[in-house]
Amino acid sequence: MSVDTQTVKKIAFLSHLKIDDDKIDTVGAEFNKIISWVEQLNEANTDNVEPLVSVNDTKLTLRKDEVVEGNQADKILKNAPAAEYDYFVVPKVVE
Amino acid sequence: MSDITKLTISQTLEGLKNKQFSATELTKAYLQDMEAKRNLNAYVLETPEQALAQAKVADTNYANGTPRTLEGIPLGIKDIFCTKDVRTTACSHILDGFVPQYESTVTSKLFNDGAICLGKLNMDEFAMGGSNENSFYGPVVNPWHEERNLVPGGSSGGSAAAVAANICAAATGTDTGGSIRQPAAFCGVTGIKPTYGRCSRYGIMAFASSLDQAGPIAKDVKDCAILLQSMSGYDPKDSTSVNKEVPNFTSFIGQSVKGLKIGIPAEYRPQGLNQEIADYWDKGIEILKQAGAEIVNISLPNTKYALAAYYIIAPAEASSNLARYDGARYGLRIDGKNLDEMYTNSRTSGFGAEVKRRIMIGTYVLSAGYYDAYYLKAQKVRRLIQNDFVEAFKKCDIILTPTSPLAAFPIGDKTMRESPINMWLNDVFTVSVNLAGLPGMSLPIGLSKDGLPFGLQLIGRSFDEETIFKTAAIIEQEAKFERLK
Amino acid sequence: MLLEGKTGKWEIICGLEIHCQIISKSKIFSSASTHYGSDTNQNVSFVDAGMPGMLPTLNEECVKQAVKTGLGLRAQINKYSEFSRKNYFYADLPQGYQITQFVHPIVGEGVVTIDLDDGTTKDIRIERLHIEQDAAKSIHDMSPTKSFIDLNRCGIGLMEIVTKPDFRSPEEAGAFLKKLRSIVRYLGTCDGNMNEGSMRCDASISIRPLGEKELRPRAEIKNVNSVKFAMQAIEFEAKRQLELYENGGTMEQETCRFDAATGTTKFMRKKEFANDYRYFPEPDLPPLVLTDEYIENIRKELPELPDAKKTRFVENMGLTKYDATIICENKEVADFFEKAAAGHDGKKVANWLMGDFFAMLNRKNLTIENSPVSAENLGKLVGLIENNTISGKVAKDVFEIMSETGENPEKIVEEKGLKQVTDSSAIEAIVDQVIAANPDNVTAFRNGKTNLKGWFVGQVLKESKGKANPQIVNELLDKKL
Repeated sequence: MSVDTQTVKKIAFLSHLKIDDDKIDTVGAEFNKIISWVEQLNEANTDNVEPLVSVNDTKLTLRKDEVVEGNQADKILKNAPAAEYDYFVVPKVVE
Repeated sequence: MSDITKLTISQTLEGLKNKQFSATELTKAYLQDMEAKRNLNAYVLETPEQALAQAKVADTNYANGTPRTLEGIPLGIKDIFCTKDVRTTACSHILDGFVPQYESTVTSKLFNDGAICLGKLNMDEFAMGGSNENSFYGPVVNPWHEERNLVPGGSSGGSAAAVAANICAAATGTDTGGSIRQPAAFCGVTGIKPTYGRCSRYGIMAFASSLDQAGPIAKDVKDCAILLQSMSGYDPKDSTSVNKEVPNFTSFIGQSVKGLKIGIPAEYRPQGLNQEIADYWDKGIEILKQAGAEIVNISLPNTKYALAAYYIIAPAEASSNLARYDGARYGLRIDGKNLDEMYTNSRTSGFGAEVKRRIMIGTYVLSAGYYDAYYLKAQKVRRLIQNDFVEAFKKCDIILTPTSPLAAFPIGDKTMRESPINMWLNDVFTVSVNLAGLPGMSLPIGLSKDGLPFGLQLIGRSFDEETIFKTAAIIEQEAKFERLK
Repeated sequence: MLLEGKTGKWEIICGLEIHCQIISKSKIFSSASTHYGSDTNQNVSFVDAGMPGMLPTLNEECVKQAVKTGLGLRAQINKYSEFSRKNYFYADLPQGYQITQFVHPIVGEGVVTIDLDDGTTKDIRIERLHIEQDAAKSIHDMSPTKSFIDLNRCGIGLMEIVTKPDFRSPEEAGAFLKKLRSIVRYLGTCDGNMNEGSMRCDASISIRPLGEKELRPRAEIKNVNSVKFAMQAIEFEAKRQLELYENGGTMEQETCRFDAATGTTKFMRKKEFANDYRYFPEPDLPPLVLTDEYIENIRKELPELPDAKKTRFVENMGLTKYDATIICENKEVADFFEKAAAGHDGKKVANWLMGDFFAMLNRKNLTIENSPVSAENLGKLVGLIENNTISGKVAKDVFEIMSETGENPEKIVEEKGLKQVTDSSAIEAIVDQVIAANPDNVTAFRNGKTNLKGWFVGQVLKESKGKANPQIVNELLDKKL
């Protein structure tokens, strides 16, 4: 399966990564090499094989409904690049 | 360079107990040697004040006759473990200046047992890499033949190099596809990735959640056992950690391997395998045979698909795990006209080339129309690989293989630079263990003709680290590998 | 309901997705509080903030609430379910993904019976219910260049309930929302307050000419926050599509939002610009496995639900279906009714409840929980009428006093001397007096103007200040006239 430039751009968009226009072909070529390399998996016969979801077959353990964490806005905001009135501040969201 | 920094953990604990040196003296010696070895670039942050404060506590506990199990042992911590109030970046530009307000479960267990934090160790950015060349803080120099500028392996390259260079008594590492075992092999030290679920992942920056495990890198097998003892255990904060009793690992060291069945997988001896490595593998086999173990030929037929499955699953999980690094709440922010631009600017500047590559691949294999062909297929192959091991362990008790198809290579190596796939091929012997969630150890077996360490890998049954320790101790004893002094 | 177009009759096809905030003390994947109205970023754990290395842990209460709700929707409870990540970048989503359930939800197919205004019912099929985390709630209008993020709401448990496209009119959708709200409130799994956002609704709407089999492209209206708005939105959107088709236009699958100010739907985006969410199994959470015993224990704890209560009220307490439907919609009202009706005529209590009592609450702008008239006292009032202590007319006066003072009606009747006169000799004296004082009317009555009877009854009651037993007055008048 060959990945076209349009797809590479879409993947970059979904990943929120910018690829300069002059690099898009190089990135695309490398991307294609990798994708065709992993496609060796197609040789494996996986008929009637269940995908592996949990390696240890563990079942989920549940937590008691207790409030343990909170009242720590200072710690939550400690590393914030920008904060005002205890809010994280980011450039305006446009729909 | 000091003598006391060359001691193993068990020797150091003896020395501290017998008052041959104090924890403060020991810590100062390490801090001095760290300074002398800054050329290796193993540490990205040294924490002398914290280390000396912890040493003081250790000395008080020794004076009071109440030392804890790791009292006064100076450790280096891979920069992927969140350490409270100590900068943690996973060696990524995107986490510039990030100071966690919480402590990872594994490091808090070690510190609660009396270990001392010397600083944070260099690594491949977000643990993605096998040479430590993907660090925002620059590459680490392998302490073997410093002048040759070799890589220490990766991703726990700083950890393995620091242990080999005696600038920490031991170190923590993490292993997603070989990141403890391969650098341990490259640097002539010992490292174990325990069974998935043995150690808590809480507070460890996630690369690929279903594969990541923490483990120790140390000077010998016994030190690994001592450290893993402290690091292990169920943690309610990690739903994938397993509620199983942790056995006394050190008690298995020195036990006989008589009658133990050692599996030798045919698929790990491909055409063109480096002859020296093949020879050392045979040496390991011979040692165990001499010790009374039985050698069994086994087959792991789906090994050939392991790398491809790994390089779908790990990037897929990574693409999602790394979505939180967006410049909004911590770390690097490169502003933009609106929120989306800020996200894209921060991530584009903040991530290195390999991390971006894997995010893109991961995004692709999960995207609409491709999920079944790639991700789901890889999860099915992962089941096949796990089944291979289940079948193999019906015939044997433990598996012996080489750790890596080659020894340490030069920083900036041309072949490795040519294509990311060339670099990824180095993980061929290690990734299956992560895919199957099994415990695996690498220990040094000898030096190549040009003086570089080779490692052998032991793979155990799920939650059977004991057999690994028992077997590794025998190989270690007979191989008589000489650590760097 | 069918749309009458120029080209003929058209049918509305509508399905709903409802997000219900789960009632629990702590969040679904972290141990921070769910309390509403706390200071900014105070109900936030490191997990909620998407800090590096943090891991989710599942709250047992959220699982229990989801199973309870599933049972209330008469739905299949799945003993095996999985969590998945839904990946997208958003200011309100610190992890960069939402933990939700995708392929294996905790609850499968179920059914909810809705009550329509014409007294009929209709079964609406439930497709699934799954649990997931809520997003944060940011402020975008405080600055022209900045958005302000508060993570307090981030990570509160949600139940997403998805129906099959079974609605054929806005009324049906409205009736469903009311019924669902009633069910979750009875169960105590969600407070159902749409205006506070603890219950939010998305509606998918398409229309097709009556008789056409294929479904046409649909519009999805996001985040409607009241029953009324949901009905308005569906009606507007259906008519918009009708006009579009009948003017030769075509529909593409699209997403829009409802503008409450204008009562219209506003276009947001076409389907092809929809996000690619890249769902995959959440590797931080192993599968959730429930046992039969666990599910049965929850089933045993289920309270009586509105439909069962309604049937019981109709069958055992003499209510009409209509009264029972209204009374059972709200659990507090149903409980109040049941308390008031204990030992009394249910139908009479229901009449009082739905008449004077609700009118009083409306007038005073009170809810049933803080009504000055208690259920016991309303019951006693009906009792006083039942045993002829007071007349219905006097009872209305007594009720007025009760709603001011909150007093026991028996005490009011006693103190104010409002007891009905049943002594026939006393009433006879008044009857005689009235006959004697009105000879003209007596003559007229006797000459065939029998409808004057009522006038005589009124005069007697007036003279007795309303206390004379009307039945005895009637009997005496019949005899004497």
